[in-house]
Amino acid sequence: MTRESFRHTTQSRLELAGLQIGAPQTMGTVRMVPLVRDRFLAVPGTGAGAGAGGADNAPQDLRIAARDYRGAYAVVEVGGGTPDGPGLKYMSFVPHGFIVSYTEDGSPVAAQGASFGPAEETRKRPFVRLMHRMVHREDGEGATARFRMLPLHLAMEGFLALHFNGPNLLWSQYSETALRSGLDPRVERSIRGAWLPGLEEAVRTFEILHAQVGVMVFVADALAAAFVVPHPDDYRRLHRTLLDDIFGELLLHYAILYPDAAPVHAPLDGAGVKTLRDLQLRVARVRADWRTYGELLSAGLFGRAVMVEQVRDMGPFRLERFVPTFDPSVECHIGERIVRDDGSLEYLKTYRLSAIQVKRAYLLQQLAAAQWSLDGLAQTLGCKVAELIVRLTNAGFGYLLKPTVLHALPNAPRR
Amino acid sequence: MTTAHERVAREDLLTFVSACFACTGQREFYSDSRGQGVSIRFLHDYVLGNYRPLYARMLACGINDYNQAEILYRLLASGKDVAPADRAEEGALIHRGLERLPTQRAMRLLARLAEGRVNNRRTRAIVRRYLASSGERELRAIKYRHNFRVAAAHAHVPFDGELASLFVKGWREKVYQTPLFESFRRAHFAQDAIYELPYSIAEGLARKHKVPRDVFLRRIEPRMTNLEKLRLQETTREVLGTAVDFDPARLSPTRLASYVLSLAPRERCDRRTALTAAVEASAARAVRRTHARFGRVACVLDRSWSASGSSEKRRRPLAVALATSWFVRAAAVEARMFWTSPTPDELVVDAVGQTDLVTPLLEAMAWQPDLVIIVSDGFDNDPPGTAGELVAVARAHRLCPFTLHVNPVFDDISLGPKPLGAALPTMGIRDAEDLPTAIAFGELAYGDGSFTRLTDVLDARVARFLADRRADRQAAAP
Repeated sequence: MTRESFRHTTQSRLELAGLQIGAPQTMGTVRMVPLVRDRFLAVPGTGAGAGAGGADNAPQDLRIAARDYRGAYAVVEVGGGTPDGPGLKYMSFVPHGFIVSYTEDGSPVAAQGASFGPAEETRKRPFVRLMHRMVHREDGEGATARFRMLPLHLAMEGFLALHFNGPNLLWSQYSETALRSGLDPRVERSIRGAWLPGLEEAVRTFEILHAQVGVMVFVADALAAAFVVPHPDDYRRLHRTLLDDIFGELLLHYAILYPDAAPVHAPLDGAGVKTLRDLQLRVARVRADWRTYGELLSAGLFGRAVMVEQVRDMGPFRLERFVPTFDPSVECHIGERIVRDDGSLEYLKTYRLSAIQVKRAYLLQQLAAAQWSLDGLAQTLGCKVAELIVRLTNAGFGYLLKPTVLHALPNAPRR
Repeated sequence: MTTAHERVAREDLLTFVSACFACTGQREFYSDSRGQGVSIRFLHDYVLGNYRPLYARMLACGINDYNQAEILYRLLASGKDVAPADRAEEGALIHRGLERLPTQRAMRLLARLAEGRVNNRRTRAIVRRYLASSGERELRAIKYRHNFRVAAAHAHVPFDGELASLFVKGWREKVYQTPLFESFRRAHFAQDAIYELPYSIAEGLARKHKVPRDVFLRRIEPRMTNLEKLRLQETTREVLGTAVDFDPARLSPTRLASYVLSLAPRERCDRRTALTAAVEASAARAVRRTHARFGRVACVLDRSWSASGSSEKRRRPLAVALATSWFVRAAAVEARMFWTSPTPDELVVDAVGQTDLVTPLLEAMAWQPDLVIIVSDGFDNDPPGTAGELVAVARAHRLCPFTLHVNPVFDDISLGPKPLGAALPTMGIRDAEDLPTAIAFGELAYGDGSFTRLTDVLDARVARFLADRRADRQAAAP
């Protein structure tokens, strides 16, 4: 088995290039901060077709649309076989996929929806959908190329397949299955957006800005997700898909424990105002304050160093997924993005890991760095081997170790 | 010298008036109907318990029908608490209030009194007087058969003349002398007779005779009222292929705005000439009726996504904003509209985008009007909560004239229309035509505003309400 993500990575940094942070809209515990793309700001929304068409100079060479899978449970083949044959599979609830259309010469993509046709991927049973890979090419049209991707699952699969091959040296503590098939099966739990108390109401009442292409979602002022698409029209259509996205369990606890977000206010300083011009400047300062506030709240995601793995080369664009350097003491987001050659962020979707998930990833990373040697890692971390084994077991990796090793622990249950 | 009691009373009453203009107990964009109902019921019980004489006088303030019916029910249900000195005035107010209510609401109120077992002497007298009112008794008896019977039986009103055989004996007369009753009787047996009845009565009988929908709609058309035709636009378009003609100019501006907003932008453009003429006629009529005169007015109008209202009040906030624009244009010497998103063509306006009240407010101030009216649901979010502060600062530095925030949406959490800030007077509003009333109360709320002044204003309104029968009858007409 040679399935492991993030083997060939580059160091990078997440930037909001080409995007501006707007003022938050708060509903209960959910704060949603709009992200506006600079190049669409030039056209003010007019009448019914606000934002449609976009600016004349705004390239339309990348568009994203959703494909509804009607809440199907999906089996995605990731090991190189077929979805219904043997081999490595990713299994999850996948309510929708994204269809990415792009052209390499900068011309507008062909009309969306016209040529989607029936999906090739068939359902084996009414409730299981079989799919080929996370990112799968589809028929394009003229200069337009298309592929289907499974949003967030692409990133999640990358996270699950971290150091997936398991021990590369035959250390005696590891079980035979761990040595033979690595971490398989690797499991993580998430909850659906619609289950987050208050998110549905917040998404319903959110007022989408004219040039808005993205949003940052905060639950109890913790950054839950960031979502960016190339075009305002795409965003308007995909806004509600936030409810079908996956969120870490931590956020569910936050939403239940803190039903209201802390009140925040940027005051308008009225001292020394003489003319309307002064007032305008003061208002601009309030807007700047909100921008700063958004930057402050999202500092755990943007500006952090990440390890990036390229998933697909799309001519002038790159589809990548990323993981941060795992540190249990700070928030960690995994995700995927599409970046244009000039560095501007065209697509982004992130998932905030729960504390236990960060801990798991951290331990795996440390183990891999120590060549999977428990003694070596215990020495690095400054603890006893038994303590390290307890930590591994608590994190859910007990299945990698031999039962005899677990039973030899000082407080192991007698059996 | 104002006592603390008077100050509290004044604030309570103004809150209540404001709520009574906006709230209909229906679902709003930000809150559900349950919350709305709980909030408004609390307000009613609170004001009734603490300021009973003033509570009755609210009937004269032009508040919406829903709240008028609520007030009438509560007053009738608690008749024994009224002070002897106020009894005569309260009785007159109740009688006038009931008379002014649209018939369907009034009949529902009577049935509710029966259901709530409210059966004191005054209630019986009021019900008897209402059911006996000349000219409309026959139509009400036929159209609201169930409620009429329940109310009459509950209030011990005898069924005079042919009413007896209609209600008690199961209309077995061979021939009725009353033409409407006779048509109603015949319509049970003869298909052609249903077309002599008003549309709403005929509809049920058409179903009994299994008349095809298209035949029925085509033949009943002359009997439809203007509002019935408005209601049946979509139905007739589907069934007959063309919508029935109705006269949009006879609608009130707000109702017309709701109608315009219900059309697709394409259709609005196609019918631009006709709609514009209707808008002008309707606005001019509303101005004549309300005697509104404004000088140089700037309106800041909210067309954000939340103006789309709810499934129960579809696009209501946006309709009020649009109608305000028409009404103010017709009533003001000079008027200019500032929408939250640029709106070059008002006729194709829709509810989209964020609530940025600050930018249009600054533009409005630069135009130097003598009055600024903000129509918004009070949820400004770009930047959040800055609009109220902006007006406060501008007012303090004399950069801005008197500014009134009128709010068509009742916020159940804050027990009133959501204010934009403490410094900015906020009044609830039902229709754009209520703007003069809202301005009068708004000035009262944030002017020097003593309690005596408020009661003086109420006195004047009550006197006009009780005297001015004809004007009101006219105002109630569509």
